This record gives sequence, structure tokens and C-alpha cells, in this order.
Amino acid sequence: MIELELQSVTQSYGPKQVIDGLSFVLNRGDIGCLLGASGCGKTTALRCIAGFEPIDGGAIRISGQAVSQPGWALPAQQRQVGMVFQDYALFTHLSVAQNIAFGLRHLSCAAQRQRVAQLLELVGLTDEADRQMHQISGGQQQRVALARALAPKPKLLLMDEPFSNLDVALRERLSGEVRDILKAEGATALIVTHDQNEAFALADWVGVMDAGRIAQWDTPYNLYHQPANRFIADFIGQGAFLVGEVLGNQQVRTELGVLDGYVPPDCHSGGCAQCPKRCQVDVLLRPDDIVHDDASALLAEVQSKAFRGAEFLYTLGLPSGQRALSLVPSHHDHAIGEKIGIKLAADHVVAFRRAG
Amino acid sequence: MLKKPNGWLLTAGAVAALVLVPVVVSLLSFAQVDAGILRHLGEFVLPDLLRNTVWLLLGVGLGVTLLGVSLAALVALCEFPGRRWLQWALMLPLALPAYVSAFVMIDLLDYSGPLQAWLRATWGVAQLPDIRSGWGVVLVLSFSLYPYVYLIARNAFASQGSVALEAAQALGMAPLQGFFRVALPMARPWIAAGLLLALMETLADFGTMAVFNFDTFTTAIYKAWYGLFSLPAAAQLSSVLLLFVLVMVVIEQRSRRGMRYGAVGRSASTRRRKLQPVASALALIYALLVLVLAFAVPVTQLLRWSVASAAQDLDARYWTFLWHSILLASLGAALVVGVALLLAYAGRQQPGGMMTWLQRLATLGYAFPGAVLAVGLFIPVAALDGWLATLVQSWLGVESTGWLKGTLLVMLLAYLVRFLAVAFGPLNNGLQRIGRNVDEAAHSMGVHGQALVALVHWPALRLSLQTAAMLTFVDIVKEMPITLMTRPFGWDTLAVRIFEMTSEGEWQRAALPAMAIVLVAMVPMVLLASRREEAHD
Repeated sequence: MIELELQSVTQSYGPKQVIDGLSFVLNRGDIGCLLGASGCGKTTALRCIAGFEPIDGGAIRISGQAVSQPGWALPAQQRQVGMVFQDYALFTHLSVAQNIAFGLRHLSCAAQRQRVAQLLELVGLTDEADRQMHQISGGQQQRVALARALAPKPKLLLMDEPFSNLDVALRERLSGEVRDILKAEGATALIVTHDQNEAFALADWVGVMDAGRIAQWDTPYNLYHQPANRFIADFIGQGAFLVGEVLGNQQVRTELGVLDGYVPPDCHSGGCAQCPKRCQVDVLLRPDDIVHDDASALLAEVQSKAFRGAEFLYTLGLPSGQRALSLVPSHHDHAIGEKIGIKLAADHVVAFRRAG
Repeated sequence: MLKKPNGWLLTAGAVAALVLVPVVVSLLSFAQVDAGILRHLGEFVLPDLLRNTVWLLLGVGLGVTLLGVSLAALVALCEFPGRRWLQWALMLPLALPAYVSAFVMIDLLDYSGPLQAWLRATWGVAQLPDIRSGWGVVLVLSFSLYPYVYLIARNAFASQGSVALEAAQALGMAPLQGFFRVALPMARPWIAAGLLLALMETLADFGTMAVFNFDTFTTAIYKAWYGLFSLPAAAQLSSVLLLFVLVMVVIEQRSRRGMRYGAVGRSASTRRRKLQPVASALALIYALLVLVLAFAVPVTQLLRWSVASAAQDLDARYWTFLWHSILLASLGAALVVGVALLLAYAGRQQPGGMMTWLQRLATLGYAFPGAVLAVGLFIPVAALDGWLATLVQSWLGVESTGWLKGTLLVMLLAYLVRFLAVAFGPLNNGLQRIGRNVDEAAHSMGVHGQALVALVHWPALRLSLQTAAMLTFVDIVKEMPITLMTRPFGWDTLAVRIFEMTSEGEWQRAALPAMAIVLVAMVPMVLLASRREEAHD
């Protein structure tokens, strides 16, 4: 069942088009994530959904009810949309429990107490209930903000860069915890972040945003392994492009061997209108698509290496001069300039028409 | 283990000790009781003073809170035409000393003034409540002192108000309700701090009370000194006034602590709520009305009077007043900034709990009314002087009435205590921005000692020094009771001239010196505002 729907939403600040035809849907109980670089319009999108910004075109619907249209918007306080702000926006004159109870004013005292106790337990702050905001840590403040937003059981929970104020170690731990909390509450949530690890750890669905619209709305797995275009392939994860020659509808030959898999439709028959000969494509190879194998006859020169603990990320120079990345278990410590044997371990191919 | 006190701690300790002198002197005055005067004070003076002071504090407190908070909220949380300009212009009344708007307002609102004359002629209104009364003082002081609340509350609203309102909205609360339930309570420590500054100024005010002939402690101290010729009586009144001040200081320190706690996860993003046309118009009218009453009307009237009296008053004596004001303010500012710099540097060289405590004590003088400082520093300096004179006579046989009396010493010391905090604030902030690692980076590049000060500290501190000197200079030019009570013979300044003219009811002839003070006081406001604009762009 669709909880949130954006239909070609546009929004601009003066002459600058911040959101430009943004469309996606989020089903009830799912966690969605808008991922993008700063300035891509993701926070503005969130604020439009919350009801803090008007929209210029399209429509936003929550539970099937239109909440934003050009020239009209349901006031934020009537949307039943919870929001966790980037800096939490906690009420410093209230205690932890009072902050959480703030959105429960319409309930009876007993019902309020019960719901607050339930949430305190859910976010693990039962012992901190009477603390003031300056008496708890950043991570605890983050969880108070989450509990406060969840307390009135909103139809939709919005989170704006929820972990950006925390240090890296805490960020990783909390993103797992937050996902568990949201799932335990059965909440429908939309999260905005610029950190793909965070997006992958939290979300069921991730929409990569670019220039005010969704470049691809998909599962984290598919974004990584089946990027819809070059922008996504560049933005998500690491990788290198190798020139490939299309052999057939499902086959591409690269310097490292022949790969089976997806080929852009206009190159299907192996040749195309623009290219005189066979169609040339850029093939995306992730670092885990190339494995180190001493027995392999295919040799590549180590150009640089980055130690990652469990593995090395090697940048390899191929015989043709092209470059590729390879993740190699870290006991294979090779010197820069050394030639090492590699082989292709990709079970599918991701290829894009060559630019130009 | 007790550490050996070092030079920096001793320096800070000496400055802090100076602040304690007037307090100790006021308290010691009870050792020398004149029963007759004390009975007179207790029976006829004190009850009135206490009643007047309490009502004044309540009235001005209410007035500045209503004006300051409402204007701050409008400017920080709402967007309407003219807002950018108003947010700066609403500080302008700070350039107008309360004693100046006092005599202009009396003239305009008095029975014989233009407003009442017009009301009588047009509407047949017989009479408004007498302006020369408690409510008149409250009115003038509220319009004059609201910027203290406005400035500090505006910062609070701007830094956390709008996001708090949105948070309340996301929890189902309409914006206006959210303002009263969230933004206002969250800003309480800031509002309290601004309010207390305004109340301290109210307690310290001498000029306005003198113009209104309204009896409070400051005017009573002055009268005890000049009317009863009783220094102990003046000091005893001082000690009661200091009791009020002490209460204010304690509450203020507590609200400052609240500000530190309240500053959890503050955001820099400010999204103001766009007002509808009607609301915009109302907001604009309200803010303009305050600005007109608090600034435009008094200044216009001053200008008219200045022009009318220029031919008569713009003589050599006027230039002497001006020269004295500038000379005193320059000397005072140099002394105050020098000591403030020393105090701030001491804190940097020798940081620690003890130093922080001494610095806080040393800068407490801003809370002391000028009249208290005048009495509290005159008495010990006079005593020292007498002791010196006997000493010199017994050793050298030279007859003398003293060397310190009749010099600028008492006045400059009093300025130092009263305005040290004004200079210390910007200097300390400036010094703190030059972190210790900046010193270490310079050391690593072979820059030490004087070169470090000349190449690193001085350029970084130049703006802070300018700000500190400018603010102190203006404060001294505006200052009335210290200058009036401790000036050497013949050292009349602009403020003294205003006091003399207004005490004779010659409003018009007070206008020219008043205009000069307002112009001087506007310089730093314009400079600081434009500097801030640059920093924002």
C-alpha cells in the first residue's frame, strides 16, 4: 500500500530550480532514502514533504491524500508527519521524557506515560528519562529526537542527515539500531543522507538524486550491481571502466576476457548506426570483479595500493594502459611496480555506450 | 600543594581588588554613624526610595521585556518588508542616553507640551496623567533600554527559534502556539540576561531620575553628598543600592549558566516565516512606531532645539565642554583598554579556575552604579591623600591640602571599574580566537616573544582593540554621575552641561550638547553594523 507519493514535483528558490520533476513512491512500512551530494535538492524535497516549503508543480500525496499542490499546502502541523532534524532541534527547556511526550498532548496522562515509557525502552533511554538535554551525549540526543518524532505514531517519519553530527564509530552502530527501531515501530520512513554506507545500512529503497530529480530508485543491491546510468555507476561504490566491444545481445569482450550480461539496447545486434564497426561500450568493473590469481597468465602492474585492513585495494595498470581496481586479501602484499596475475570474476556485465 | 602566585595572577588579583574597594568602603561606612542623619534617612528617605526603586524595576522590567521580546521575535522569526533594515535600526535607541530622551519626552508630553495642547484643542481631552511621575520614568526608560533585551533575545530566536518552531509544527502544533510553548521558554535564559542588564542600568541611572526629579538611590546619594555634605550617609545609601545590585548579579550569573545549557545542538540555519500582507503591515507599523517614539521623535526635537539655540550657545564654552568630553573619554578609554588587555592576556598566559574567577570578579563593575563608584572611590582616595599630606608635613614640614584631590585620579579609577567589562569582552573574545596552537605554529617557524606579538597577536587583535576602545569611549562620553560627582573644578563636560541645563528646566539649551553625544554614540553602532554586514556577505 502506497504511503507516500511524489509526482513530478518542482520547486525553486528564485531563479534556481532546486527540485525538477521529482517522482517516487514509498510503500507503508518501508524505509526509503534520498541519497545525493550536497545541493542536489534532497533536503528541500524532505522539507516539501514535511510541509515547510511550498511546491511549484506536481503533487505530494500521503496515504492517498494530496498534501501539497501548486498554490496550496496542508499546514505541517496537520500532516501527521514526524521529523528528525539534522541538529535534532530538541527542546532544551524540557527533560528527555517531556521532549518525547511533547507530541502526545491530546492523549490522557496515563496514555502519555505509557507511550513515553514504551519509547524510552525502545531507544534504550529509560534511565535517562529525567535528564536535561545538556546532560546526555550526542548519540543519546539523536535517539531522543527519534523517539519524540515516533511518539505520536506519524504516518511518515522524515529524517534529515540523522547521523551527520556524530562521529564515525557511533554513526555505524546507530544506523543499525535506528533501522531496528523503525522496523519495530512499523514506521514508514524517508531518510536524507549524503553517505551511501548509511543509506545502504538503513534503507529498503534508495533514490539517488541528481540536479533535483531521482536518477535511480532501487534497492541498495541493484544500485551497486545494476546502475542505470554512468552517473549512478560513478556515484555508488568504486570501480573502473574498461573499453569493451559488443559481440552480441548479451556479450561483451574486454581486454580481460569475454563477459556475459546486460548490453545497452541500441548496441544489441553488435553494431550501431553511429559506429562504423562493432559497437564500443564502457564496461564497469567493481574492485571485487577482479581477483588476484598467481596462476593467471594475465599480468597487471601495481600502480598504487591502499591498505584496508582485511584487504588491499590495488590500482592496476593493464597492458593496454587502461586502469582497473582490485580488492585482494591483505596477506598478498605486493610492491608498487610489481606485476601480478589477475583474472575476471564478474558474473554479469554492466556496460554503457561510450561517451562521444 | 599551594603553588607560588605568579605575576599574571597577581595582576588579575590587583584589578579584581579595585572592584572590591567601593563595596568595602560602602560597608565600612556603618562604622561611622551619625545618628541624626541616619534617623532622617531611615524615617523620611529610605521608605520612599525603596518603594520607588521596586516600582521602577517592575515597570521597566515589564516594559523592556514586552518591547524587546516582541521586536526580537518579529525580526528573527518572521519575514516582512523592511525587516533587514529594522533589525539594525531597532538598536538605535542605544545611542540616545535615557537622560536625553527624558527631557525631550517631558517637554513633548507635559501639560503645556504640543501633544496635550493638540488633544485639548482638537478632542477636548482635559489632561493626560502627569508625565513627571513614576510612569513617565518607566515609559522613558523602557523605550531607552529595550535594546538590551532585544539584542540578546534576537540572537537566541535566530539561532534556535525557527527550527524549534518547525519541530513543534512537525509534532502537530500551530506556529503561534509553538512560539509560546517552545521558542519563548527556550529563549528564557537569554531574555533574562538582557532583562537583568536593563534593570542594572535602571538601578544605575542618575540622569533620567534627576531630569524627572524622581527620588531613587542614585539621586539620593548625590543629594547626601552635596546637600547634607555627609559622605558616610552617601556611602550608607550606596550599600543599600549595592544590595539590589548583588541580587541582580546573582540572578544574571545563573541565567548565563542557563544560556550555556540551553545552547545544545544549535543550528545556524534560519528560515523565517513569511508573513501575510496584513500581518506584514502590522509588524512593520508596530516596529516603526517603537523606533519613532524611542529614537526619531527625540532626535528630531533635539535637532530643532539645537538649530534654534546654536546662535546663542555655540560659543567658546561649548567647545570647551566638547574638548573636555573628548579628552576625558580618550584618557579613560586608553586606561580601560590597557587594563582590560592586561587582564585578558593574563588569562591567556595563566589559564585556570582561579584566573577565570578573578577575571569574572574584576569585570563585575559594570553592575555598579556610577554614583556608588564615585562615593566608594572618593572616600579611600581622600583618606590616602590626607595620610600623604600628614606624612609629607611631618617629614619635610611642607604644608599641603593634598595632591590627589582635585586630580582626575578618582574619576579615571571609577571609569575603570565601571567600564572594564565593556572593553574586556571584545578583547577576550579576540584573544581567544588566537588559539594556543597559533603560538606554537609561530614558535615552530622561529617567531618568539615581541615578534610574536607584533606579527601575530597585534594584527589579529587590532579589530578587537578598536571595538573595545570605541565602545568605552562612547560610554564615558555618555556617563553622567561619575563625571558630575568626581570631576576636578572647571572640568565640565557635555554630560555635565546637560545636567546643569536640565536641572534648571532649560531643555532647549541642553539640546546642543545632547546632540553632540548622540552623534558620537552613533559612530560605533554604524561601524559595527557595517562590519557585521561585511562579515555576513
